[in-house]
Amino acid sequence: MNKTVNQKAWFLVLPVLILVGFSAVIPLMTVVNYSVQDTFGNNVFFWAGLDWFRDMLESERMWNALGRQLVFSSIILAIEVPLGIFVALNMPKKGFWASFCLVLMSLPLLIPWNVVGTIWQIFGRVDIGLLGYVLAKLGVNYNYTQNVIDAWATVIIMDVWHWTSLVALLAYAGLQSIPDAYYQAAKIDQASRWKVFRFIELPKMAGVLMIAILLRFMDSFMIYTEPFVVTGGGPGNATTFLSIDLVKMALGQFDLGPAAAFSLMYFLVILLISWVFYTVMTNLDKRDGV
Amino acid sequence: MSDATTSAPGAASIPGDVSAAEPRARTRRRFRPNGSMIVMALYLLFLMLPIYWLLNMSLKTNAEILSGFSLWPRNLTLANYEKILTDPSWYMGYVNSIIYVTMNTVISISVALPAAYAFSRYSFMGDKHLFFWLLTNRMAPPAVFALPFFQLYSSVGLFDTHIAVALAHTLFNVPLAVWILEGFMRGVPREIDETAYIDGYSFPKFFVKIFMPLIASGIGVAAFFCFMFSWVELLLSRTLTSVDAKPIAATMTRTVSASGLDWGVLAAAGVLTILPGALVIWFVRNYIAKGFALGRV
Repeated sequence: MNKTVNQKAWFLVLPVLILVGFSAVIPLMTVVNYSVQDTFGNNVFFWAGLDWFRDMLESERMWNALGRQLVFSSIILAIEVPLGIFVALNMPKKGFWASFCLVLMSLPLLIPWNVVGTIWQIFGRVDIGLLGYVLAKLGVNYNYTQNVIDAWATVIIMDVWHWTSLVALLAYAGLQSIPDAYYQAAKIDQASRWKVFRFIELPKMAGVLMIAILLRFMDSFMIYTEPFVVTGGGPGNATTFLSIDLVKMALGQFDLGPAAAFSLMYFLVILLISWVFYTVMTNLDKRDGV
Repeated sequence: MSDATTSAPGAASIPGDVSAAEPRARTRRRFRPNGSMIVMALYLLFLMLPIYWLLNMSLKTNAEILSGFSLWPRNLTLANYEKILTDPSWYMGYVNSIIYVTMNTVISISVALPAAYAFSRYSFMGDKHLFFWLLTNRMAPPAVFALPFFQLYSSVGLFDTHIAVALAHTLFNVPLAVWILEGFMRGVPREIDETAYIDGYSFPKFFVKIFMPLIASGIGVAAFFCFMFSWVELLLSRTLTSVDAKPIAATMTRTVSASGLDWGVLAAAGVLTILPGALVIWFVRNYIAKGFALGRV
């Protein structure tokens, strides 16, 4: 889009700059500050250089949390993306039922995250929850507070329940934008259902899907509340993901230095993914020619 | 154009299927379940079952919950809801949440509107970097910011106030609002701006009188998403409050950790937090994907 060059536009952006600067830059500087200092208490700090970073890079605890985080994010992406596409392909195209499905599918997305945790905490309990009770009746030895596998399964199913609709909604929006002519051409060519998907729907959805995948990756990468409510990071440390570990370190143990170094490295990863996301977005905008 | 050609599994789901062009009378054919309907029914069942279970629990007494297992409440009771709506330590949680969420939405939208306009209409020094920087804040993990926010707001004496939470949530809501609004604004042709200026409108007058009505739906959607994301967030709002501005979400976690869980009340509180989203979702149903994808799609 041919935009006019106008440096005065800065004045329009200024309020955002000040506000977000206040809530992003100052806290981030605090973190940087802590990450290079050590203290003996009493607010006396001294320079520690990059020691905390070295410590964190050598700390098994962080690598374990990162490992768990990556496994978790990969699993939920592997489930949610195909499932979301599949659901989108099966949604009604228009009319009342399309709206009906849209509304019901969006509902889990709008539930406060701790309530999502609460819902599954109750749902999975062997004594009072439907899921736990049915599993127990079927003879499955299911207990998400004791058994590592069960805890993981619960957290993953919860996330699938919570967020698959997001992928589905985005994929659906992508499908809606495909002109009828494409399908008519495919019909004339007698293309199979799979070919229609592979050569028409998938390429047309690619941009939107990329957004969905990145959003899901980012959000799962900083998941905190839901697993915290359900398992509290347990049993042991089995479901302690990066954010849970970080909060434990910073607010629980008040290990400011390591926590700050941890935060910064965490943030760098996020920055990298944001950059990929941004590139995808701008390419998408260009392709649409707006 | 017989139906047989389109009844391959999933084929009926092709948007803009050629068969849609058939005469209207054909669309009122007999009810006949197909693959797509079964898939959707199963998926929606999977989504609704846990929510139904929460609702079910909220309508039982605690004794009934713990004494036996039943698929629906035998003795329907509203006692749990009554408890929440009469006990200040419970209902003030909702009031606090609504106060800071509303403040946050108003702040976010009012600063985001001019900025989104600038991004959609002008190019200026550093615009792309700035836009990207905003995005990184939407993506920033709240866990990284929890401790610094706590110290920042404590040091300026704003700890445990509504405005502290509202300001903290602008961290991700302002970028969200800017991105969504920019997405809507780029759809408005520039000729409208130019015509208005030729007609002698000043910028503020043009913006309020002409431009804002044009993107009214965009503003609504952005407001909805600011509201939602502030409403569902727990980590920051819990860290920044203790008593006076304690959000409902934090009130609920307190109950979870206390001994002798009151499942019925907890479930009722959960149901009440779902309500605001459920009430307005119908109005934004066509924009949900756009909102979640930051105004793109």
